[in-house]
Amino acid sequence: MTKLAQWLWGLAILGSTWAALTMGALGLELPSACQEVLWPLPACLLVSASYYALVTVGYHVATFHECEDAVCKLQDQILEAGADLARRGLSF
Amino acid sequence: MASLELSRSPLRSRREPEVCSAGQDKYSVLLPTYNERENLPLIVWLLVKSFSESGINYEIVIIDDGSPDGTRDVAEQLEKIYGSDKILLRPREKKLGLGTAYIHGMQHATGNYIIIMDADLSHHPKFIPEFIRKQKEGNFDIVSGTRYKGNGGVYGWDLKRKIISRGANFITQILLRPGASDLTGSFRLYRKEVLQKLIEKCVSKGYVFQMEMIVRARQLNYTIGEVPISFVDRVYGESKLGGNEIVSFLKGLLTLFATT
Repeated sequence: MTKLAQWLWGLAILGSTWAALTMGALGLELPSACQEVLWPLPACLLVSASYYALVTVGYHVATFHECEDAVCKLQDQILEAGADLARRGLSF
Repeated sequence: MASLELSRSPLRSRREPEVCSAGQDKYSVLLPTYNERENLPLIVWLLVKSFSESGINYEIVIIDDGSPDGTRDVAEQLEKIYGSDKILLRPREKKLGLGTAYIHGMQHATGNYIIIMDADLSHHPKFIPEFIRKQKEGNFDIVSGTRYKGNGGVYGWDLKRKIISRGANFITQILLRPGASDLTGSFRLYRKEVLQKLIEKCVSKGYVFQMEMIVRARQLNYTIGEVPISFVDRVYGESKLGGNEIVSFLKGLLTLFATT
């Protein structure tokens, strides 16, 4: 099953469960407190997911490791390499 | 440097890694080049240094796609300096793309492991002994360098680039659940037969090609280990990530999402 198919199945199952429960299709008499929570649930989940995405990406950007020491070492090695290669007869 | 376990238990039995006839592992580095006249001697020098210091059996296959800046001349000089058993020149007439460059390189590679990396010094060969160690530790089919975990990282990226990179990675992880933290990276070690198999199956180009390799590898139940690496972007002041690249990345990502 492709990832897209997995997502569609998952959404279909959750979506139909939610629809069945909120429209009383299963014949269940849910207390109104439950109904109040259930009805806006998809919208709440969407908003929460968006917040999660923003916070996660923001955190990873803020903590993105910068390898400054790698650059310094590389610069030194470039000079060393240039000198060694010239000594071995490389003409740049 | 901490390295990370990301293998699943394979469903098929593990066979022992192939060794070449001398009974020793050999590592072939494939270096596709285009206009890398200045960087090529440096990357080759660093590779020779890393391999020699670690006592690793290696060769470097340079696949130049008809560079107009004289990269091939420099490659020929390097072959004279280091020997034609260590530096293999396998040029092509014109720019033909990365996937075919790997295929071309592998046809001439005598190693049983293949290392792919960028030739512009954004990847440092000092990580290769760690890749090898990691591969042996977990008997992995693939070891991938990651910029996003452990003390992997980057240098030379502005805020916009970092946001795009992390944002794209986040979406990729959600949609593809690939089991590897850095999908667009191109600093990797493969068993030779694994790389051959994967290239046959991959159809994309550019960034998406590297992503597709990992996704296909997971489909085929190959095991993947990761090693944190540093990526040094030396092309200052030039935005390599324009709107076109972002659009084609998203198209490629959605194609993989819908077809794998």
